[in-house]
Amino acid sequence: MAWTRDQMAARAARELEDGFYVNLGIGIPTLVANYIPKGMDVRLQSENGMLGMGPFPYPSEEDPDLINAGKQTITELPETSFFSSADSFGMIRGGHIDLSILGAMQVAENGDLANWMIPGKMVKGMGGAMDLVAGVKRVVVVMEHEAKGQSKLLKSCSLPLTGRRVTDLVITDLGVFSIERRGTPNMVLIELADGVGLDEITTKTEAAFTVSLR
Amino acid sequence: MCKVRSTVADALEGLVRDGMTIMSGGFGLCGIPETLIEGIERSGVQDLTVISNNAGVDGIGLGRLLATRQVRKMISSYVGENNLFAEQYLSGELELEFNPQGTLAERIRAGGAGIAAFFTKTGVGTLIAEGKEVRSFAGEDHIMETGLVADIALIHAWKGDAEGNLVYRKTARNFNPMMATAGRVTIAEVEHLVEVGDIDPDQIHTPGIFVSRIVHVPNPVKHIEHRTVRQREEELV
Repeated sequence: MAWTRDQMAARAARELEDGFYVNLGIGIPTLVANYIPKGMDVRLQSENGMLGMGPFPYPSEEDPDLINAGKQTITELPETSFFSSADSFGMIRGGHIDLSILGAMQVAENGDLANWMIPGKMVKGMGGAMDLVAGVKRVVVVMEHEAKGQSKLLKSCSLPLTGRRVTDLVITDLGVFSIERRGTPNMVLIELADGVGLDEITTKTEAAFTVSLR
Repeated sequence: MCKVRSTVADALEGLVRDGMTIMSGGFGLCGIPETLIEGIERSGVQDLTVISNNAGVDGIGLGRLLATRQVRKMISSYVGENNLFAEQYLSGELELEFNPQGTLAERIRAGGAGIAAFFTKTGVGTLIAEGKEVRSFAGEDHIMETGLVADIALIHAWKGDAEGNLVYRKTARNFNPMMATAGRVTIAEVEHLVEVGDIDPDQIHTPGIFVSRIVHVPNPVKHIEHRTVRQREEELV
């Protein structure tokens, strides 16, 4: 037993707070929008140049001039604003966004994060990921614990980094780890997914961590 | 002072030469100067350096210039949607410089605003930082990034007038306003060409000083990369 993608997204949604400005990455992070608690006011930012992102449009109401950072058609809300990509990354780099939830290929025990490149294989580019992890106040990674049987939580990342010591929290299908960004590196297991034991998560994690279950 | 050109060929006349650098607005296929790009394709100009967040898709936008092998180098942040791009890059035909998206946006903004360089935390400790000056501000490392300018900038706007004043629509704004400032010559294609005075001066996104030439492209075909929809509530029952 472990968490499903939706359960991971629901767990990530517990990091939201009323009044937060939030940037959601592509993949599982996008699902977090479905779990914003009723009555909680959260503004979603899309880094191409939009604040106050609405849901997908109804069929036949798609607008090619209205897309999110994943190039998906979306809608606007009464509170929406549009701006240039320079202003958008001013918000991100300037520390005005409260929370970034994104996916990753690898996270190291010191908070290093890799999610943009596999040398010789994948040439897509980093998009806004490097700016987000360098500028947003709190960075939450949501990812599968393993890829092809290999731990994605490592002593150090083998892939090119997106950012150095930039991760605050990692949510995987097996549990939740907090990471200290400053001072002595310290990764702490704070939650286990339903039905996952300490033995299992220890076996499947290469990174060193301490345990302080809530 | 009339900046309006009647055709795309007129709008590009005397400006294109082999080896030049072109900025091209847009994010994905949203807000791209598609008609002007097709003009570049028809001009047959070679050996281009293109600065654009993305590289179009196969057959659309900058993807067309890749197919004709007119591009020698791209400066972009994300090129994942273009198969031809990957092919030409992996074979060594195409040179590529990846910039983080915010760094790319700011380099263009800086270039247009006469800022030679700036320092940012984005990319510190990554491949992007290699060879770049590192300085510490308030105890944190920053890397130096330089401003970018181009020989010509190609812009897509929703509305424009003969003064060169521009208004963009929704998320089609993206990289267009900064690029409009960073071209030695900036050419804008506009969906609606209106009379001078019709645009409320308080609502102008790009002041006319940044725009040299304007061409009217009524009713352009716009593309959607990922059509995502939700069901109407009554259909959910």
